[in-house]
Amino acid sequence: MQSVLEMITKQLLIHNGRQLGTLLGLVLVISVFAFLSPYFLTLSNLVNITQQTSINAIMAVGMTFVIITAGIDLSVGSIMAFSGIILADSIQNGIAEPIAIIIGLSVGTICGLSNGILISYGKLPPFIATLGMMSVARGAALLYSQGRPISGFTEEFRFLATGQIIGIPTSVWIMISLYVIAYILLNKTVLGRYTYAIGGNETAANLSGINTKLFKTIVYGISGLLSASAAVILTARLNSAQPIAGIMYELDAIAAVVIGGTSLLGGEGKISGTLIGALIMGVLRNGLNLMGVSSFIQQIVIGLVIILAVLIDMSLKKRRN
Amino acid sequence: MEENTVLIMSRIRKEFQGVIALSDVNFVLKKGEIHVLLGENGAGKSTLVKILSGAYQMTNGEIFLFNKQVYIKSPGQAQELGIGIIYQELNLIPYLTAAENIFLGREITNKFGIIDKKGAIESSKKILKELGSEINCDIPVINFGIAQQQMIEVAKALSLDAKILIMDEPTSALSDTEVKQLFKMIRDLKQRGVSVIYISHRLDELFEIGDRVTVLRDGVVVGTKDISETTKTELIKMMVNRELTEHFPKRNVLIGEEILRVENLSKKNGITNINFTLKRSEVLGIAGLLGSGRTELARAIFGIDKYDSGNIYLRRKLQKIKSPKDAINQRIGFITEDRKSQGLVLILSVKENISLTNLTSISGFGFINSKEEKKEAEEFINRLKIKTSTLDQKVIYLSGGNQQKVVLAKWLSKKADIFIFDEPTRGIDVAGKVEIYNLINQLAEEGVGIIMISSELPEILGMSDRIIVMNNKKIAVEIPIKSASQELIMKYAIGA
Ligand SMILES: Nc1ncnc2c1ncn2[C@@H]1O[C@H](COP(=O)(O)OP(=O)(O)OP(=O)(O)O)[C@@H](O)[C@H]1O
Ligand SMILES: [Mg+2]
Repeated sequence: MQSVLEMITKQLLIHNGRQLGTLLGLVLVISVFAFLSPYFLTLSNLVNITQQTSINAIMAVGMTFVIITAGIDLSVGSIMAFSGIILADSIQNGIAEPIAIIIGLSVGTICGLSNGILISYGKLPPFIATLGMMSVARGAALLYSQGRPISGFTEEFRFLATGQIIGIPTSVWIMISLYVIAYILLNKTVLGRYTYAIGGNETAANLSGINTKLFKTIVYGISGLLSASAAVILTARLNSAQPIAGIMYELDAIAAVVIGGTSLLGGEGKISGTLIGALIMGVLRNGLNLMGVSSFIQQIVIGLVIILAVLIDMSLKKRRN
Repeated sequence: MEENTVLIMSRIRKEFQGVIALSDVNFVLKKGEIHVLLGENGAGKSTLVKILSGAYQMTNGEIFLFNKQVYIKSPGQAQELGIGIIYQELNLIPYLTAAENIFLGREITNKFGIIDKKGAIESSKKILKELGSEINCDIPVINFGIAQQQMIEVAKALSLDAKILIMDEPTSALSDTEVKQLFKMIRDLKQRGVSVIYISHRLDELFEIGDRVTVLRDGVVVGTKDISETTKTELIKMMVNRELTEHFPKRNVLIGEEILRVENLSKKNGITNINFTLKRSEVLGIAGLLGSGRTELARAIFGIDKYDSGNIYLRRKLQKIKSPKDAINQRIGFITEDRKSQGLVLILSVKENISLTNLTSISGFGFINSKEEKKEAEEFINRLKIKTSTLDQKVIYLSGGNQQKVVLAKWLSKKADIFIFDEPTRGIDVAGKVEIYNLINQLAEEGVGIIMISSELPEILGMSDRIIVMNNKKIAVEIPIKSASQELIMKYAIGA
């Protein structure tokens, strides 16, 4: 009996070791804060955390795709700001909200596809192409809005972030749906398989007849689309679109992906890990806030957690060989 | 311990996540001997030598070097102990030059600590020349094919000044001439008292170079013999535990109509004025020395490299092939020689690699039919006897020969009219080779036209209907199989 149990745990560890590790990390962080602050584990705070996490978590979905192809996307924060401004401006100009949302999402997707085209067909390194886009999209957002926030939306639009369905905020529902879709895409479809193959060995993928350039472009497009989705929720939540929104968000997204166990070398990674990674970051921020820790110290703590997570990951990998 | 014993490995055991790769292995190496390790794919040969070179840590066991127990913890330490190794999978750094690779970690510097580039190039050239190879030592090695890279690895190992030199399939991509040169140098080393552990699946080589042979099967030593007192048949029996009657199974098929015609194909620095045809159900063998242009020809046909002039006709129609995707759409398959960098996605699973070329045909609306995918992978694993713990094992954890089988499976699962095999049996054991020849025959019988590039002359002679010999980027001669012989092929390959 015991040996059967041992075998099962061993198998679980071998196949999902990394995911379990991250999950344990999350449980650990939650326990610590639950112990330190009586308010932490209340329902309203937990709802609060997931809601706060949703923006970063959604951007991290696109980032996961990109990093699995061995790329990086530094422009997600700027794309979010730009598509948010376009979305808000469209609404203010009297375009029906659903159409305005589609316009906003398209703008983000186009920015992402441009990244992809520069990387695939222009042969630019992802770091450079998206660094350029980071600046261009930010500048475009500032230019379009004349540097001013665009505020004031209808209750229906704001429902996308502030509303609740069976007690859970709409933004969290959206986040969960996006993770489910991403899970299916990565694990059940040709697109997902090609994403892993390109990141694992682009030459071999190309020689297998895969149109690697096209699929890489699509992946960056997905990242842009998700940044724009985050923009919709953020605008609805703040009742305002800001041209300077999302500065440094790219780093939070990358951190969530990396804490979640996706390798920056490409070819490996799980979307579930990213969700846990984003939650760890959200819990840390929330918990430290509750305890009145200064934002300076928070930055230090979060930086250390990223380093620690990857250190543990590396040593686990070594142990397995 | 006997006086002339340099190394004793005693009761070595190695486990990988529950998979036992070696159990209770004893191995003794004498001074100045060439000791061959033999065994099927996945028998544990590479694992054993990697323990010695510090790449792997053993689970259990003891190692004695020159009468002293040693604990080898890292590759650096092994090097300090005088153990040099050429790994089965090439390990050169792509954007460094041949000279930089050869002296990596042992850079020659002047008294100011500046690297002596000229000195390194001179020394590298000298070693390579002794190996009979003219390789430009001053350009990044990524420009070279697998055989040249293997040559550079050999030069690197020879320059190490090791007391024990391990060679894990150093000749798998080399042709006869290069092998001859290598053997000459190994004999020189032997004269100087260096001991060599030599791994190869080319049985003929063992009888030429080896003193003793140790056979492994499923991680256990079957026995150690003096080469002079054993035979090929006996060794095969020890390896696979059964008799192997036919090495080159016969085909039963009439050659059909033309399916591919290449006219005046040229590419600067690649190939010059290539003309040939391929017919359905035909196996066309392409022989030649390293750098003779065989792989370049295949790459041009498959749309990887653009050619400058010439025409390619498929099924008698002029076609422009601009990319591998085009080639695949035109029902051409290309099994590349370099499995690590071009053939496999090492960190994906066996199943995922096998289905990679074929994914769209086993999916609907973009969704992969995982049952179908599993079924197909299982079929090939059984058919090619791929040794893997599960379908979901990452390919990187398979032995070299089994990785090669995955490359083949990946392509054979794709239906095509023309297959170009570039060194298809590189690193595959004797029994596995027969399995692959059977598959090639079956393809031919189904009407597929096959181009087989190989450095193993027996394979070329045993499998081809017609042979093209390349020399210096050109076709030197085309020989019908009836009048072909090893000597004739070599004569044209060398350009005599
Ligand atoms: N890093 C690893 N992780 C898990 N299993 C491994 C690893 N390396 C080797 N193995 C397993 O150990 C066994 C022995 O492999 P090894 O590479 O030593 O075989 P080999 O005799 O060199 O075969 P080949 O002739 O194909 O090169 C194989 O079953 C292989 O799958
Ligand atoms: Mg091996």
